[in-house]
Amino acid sequence: MTGNTQMLAGDAALLHDVEAHDEHHDDGSKTTLGFWIYLMSDCILFAAVFASFAVLRGQTAGGPDAKELFSLPYVAGETACLLLSSFTYGMAMIAAERQQRSATLRWLGVTLALGLGFMFMELHEFAELIAEGAGPDRSAFLSSFFTLVGTHGLHVLSGMVWMVVLMAHVLRRGLTQANIVRLTCLSLFWHFLDIVWIGVFTIVYLTGVAA
Amino acid sequence: MFGKLTLEAIPYHEPIIMAAVAMMVLGGAALVAGITFFRLWGPLWSKWLTSVDHKNIGIMYIILALVMLLRGFADAVMMRTQQAMASTGAAGPLPPEHFDQVFTAHGVIMIFFMAMPFMVGLMNVVVPLQIGARDVAFPYLNNLSFWLTAAGALLINISLAVGEFARTGWLAYPPLSELQYSPGVGVDYYLWALQISGIGTLLAGVNMITTILKMRAPGMTMMRMPIFTWTTLCSNMLIVAAFPILTATLAMLSLDRYLGMHFFTNDGGGNAMMYVNLIWAWGHPEVYILVLPAFGIFSEVISTFSSKKLFGYTSMVYATVCITVLSFIVWLHHFFTMGAGANVNAFFGISTMIISIPTGAKIFNWLFTMYRGRVQFTVPVLWTLGFMVTFTIGGMTGVLMAVPAADFVLHNSLFLIAHFHNVIIGGVLFGYLAGFTYWFPKAFGFKLNETLGKVSFWCWLVGFYLAFMPLYALGLMGMTRRMNHVDNVVWHNYLLVAALGAAIIACGIGAFVLQILVSVLNRKSLRDLTGDPWNGRTLEWATSSPPAFYNFPETPVVTARDAFWEQKQSTGAGLQPLAAYRKIHMPHNTGTGVIVGGFVALLGFALIWHIWWLVVATFAGAAAVAIGHSFNENRDYYVPSTQVAETEGKYFNQLTSQV
Repeated sequence: MTGNTQMLAGDAALLHDVEAHDEHHDDGSKTTLGFWIYLMSDCILFAAVFASFAVLRGQTAGGPDAKELFSLPYVAGETACLLLSSFTYGMAMIAAERQQRSATLRWLGVTLALGLGFMFMELHEFAELIAEGAGPDRSAFLSSFFTLVGTHGLHVLSGMVWMVVLMAHVLRRGLTQANIVRLTCLSLFWHFLDIVWIGVFTIVYLTGVAA
Repeated sequence: MFGKLTLEAIPYHEPIIMAAVAMMVLGGAALVAGITFFRLWGPLWSKWLTSVDHKNIGIMYIILALVMLLRGFADAVMMRTQQAMASTGAAGPLPPEHFDQVFTAHGVIMIFFMAMPFMVGLMNVVVPLQIGARDVAFPYLNNLSFWLTAAGALLINISLAVGEFARTGWLAYPPLSELQYSPGVGVDYYLWALQISGIGTLLAGVNMITTILKMRAPGMTMMRMPIFTWTTLCSNMLIVAAFPILTATLAMLSLDRYLGMHFFTNDGGGNAMMYVNLIWAWGHPEVYILVLPAFGIFSEVISTFSSKKLFGYTSMVYATVCITVLSFIVWLHHFFTMGAGANVNAFFGISTMIISIPTGAKIFNWLFTMYRGRVQFTVPVLWTLGFMVTFTIGGMTGVLMAVPAADFVLHNSLFLIAHFHNVIIGGVLFGYLAGFTYWFPKAFGFKLNETLGKVSFWCWLVGFYLAFMPLYALGLMGMTRRMNHVDNVVWHNYLLVAALGAAIIACGIGAFVLQILVSVLNRKSLRDLTGDPWNGRTLEWATSSPPAFYNFPETPVVTARDAFWEQKQSTGAGLQPLAAYRKIHMPHNTGTGVIVGGFVALLGFALIWHIWWLVVATFAGAAAVAIGHSFNENRDYYVPSTQVAETEGKYFNQLTSQV
């Protein structure tokens, strides 16, 4: 009851923070927190699409099922590209923290190349499926497959566009505080897509082929 | 070149629609002419459209909401008129295909483009002030969120003049909303308007949560936050958790319609009930997204006007958090008739009943706050009392329908319509109107006319009961929702009473509009210079009205709940000039939000009409402008201490010369 009106122990110390608070400079913590919250919402978006896939995976409408369509070695190649790109992004972040501009750009370039490799393999897989007559309009199973994997692919694509923009930022201004915050957000995004892909690999491909 | 768009798309053979379109066009033209004549384009652009000031953005949200309220209410009047005139065998003025669009548009507009912007607007105006911050965490994103919402609203209004709107009901259940049964552009308007405004809402949610978590004044611990801030936090957490489900669901329906997929179709293995599950997994949290901030408003109002601190602050916070969590495990009560089985229905029935417990706790907290208080019967208090009675009735009919066996009888009947209008008008709308009246002097520096406010309240209250109580009876008699015409003399009399109720609500809306006009004209005599017209308790009253763009000359330090009240008690005075002022760090305005919003509105239009080159062009345009904005390093600046001193000096001079 009185805890309400009494000063908390830390209150006096807080008075000193007023000036810092007034400065209002974002040290990046606001942006990073905001981005985390956005990522969690993205996670729920994926959850909805995953749930739809889980409901519809058996609805092949007389068409091909996962076992007939997917080749695990090929998907393992895709997975390797993406997981490796997470590692190289991590190297880019280490270089950025050390203020090594050209190393940062180099690692980002490698990450981008791996991302491109992943996208190329995925599009190739899609094109083959469609050519075989197993396109997204064939059955509910394939609709949900193309949507789930495609949603992830669109995320990877936008991550790559973002990466190019950030490389331009780093070239232009160097590894400033603002650019480090941007690189950190993309880092969160990129690793997040990796985690989602592990879900895709397990639920769509592994259990699909094993079933 | 123009995809599916031809001149045939304009419904010039429909006199009712054309009259509405003519009114819209004339109104728009008058507005443009007025702005041009008074040379207001410059100030409008630089002070409002491109503003990153949370107060201005909030006001723009509320203006959007009020305009859409008029549009949504016009739909309601048409429905009540139609059913009153077409219940004894006559066809009535509205043909079925038009009537179906009207009830769909009414629901969509009232929820997405009236209630949501009203809520986000109130939060924007109030929350940064309540927590002693200068702005929200991401001011530019805030501006962009508004313009995305406005783009969605624009698309809905364009659908009236070009093409048609969905005829599916406000949640567009498949298979009716699939291409096979809705081949027109109506559902596409629905999909893209909601998709675009939904992204705006999601961004606003991320922004508001970050603001509340990271930007509270020093000393404002979580349990010292004003209740409205608490309910805003919970409501925005629901936004971030629920709106992605809406995005995904609408995207899947779009893929069915645009790429021939089979998520919800009858053939190809699709599952229409999955849509119903997904949409309500968003939809039920959505009603709590709307009502939680209203609960916060009632708490602020009742405590201020009882001159007492809120009874049971802690229980109020916990009740809010409980509702936040529970709102995610009740969605199936919207379709007990799906046939999920007795155990599943029992689970969702019981969880629905449980949610009434924290809500009931809140009602008692408000009652006990009033108990032995010196309650002033101002307009916001009237709305609050009207709410407490009305919402309790609506809550009880809700618990009744939470019994699956009863729901099997009442499902899709007018009883349901009466129930949710009972809680949404009685809870959400009354709350927002209370908040509007309560915080209006803070936003504009003068109070609203009290008499007209009371007229508006009583018209709304009486009109509401007349319009919706007959619907309970009709529902029990078996009248289902969305009927274009019937032949039943017994129902006819009830429908006449309901139409009369709508007419009285129309008087309430008229009085409300008149109240704003009269108050603006009499703003000198209604002026409040103190910044604290109601003897308020929380920090938004601890600055001038309207506050300077930087909100507070110096960030307040909080040592208790009801921080401003405690400060007034201990110093015996309100606002005081400071001995010295410091420079203040503020963001620059930016036109990026409005330009991106414009591109996205065009993008939506192009998607609806399958104008693919325009899709590519507008998407590229929006992306280029947004990326270009990231290269703008000149985003913020310092307001020099001399300017702060000057602004504050002017204000305090005014204040002392007045008193």
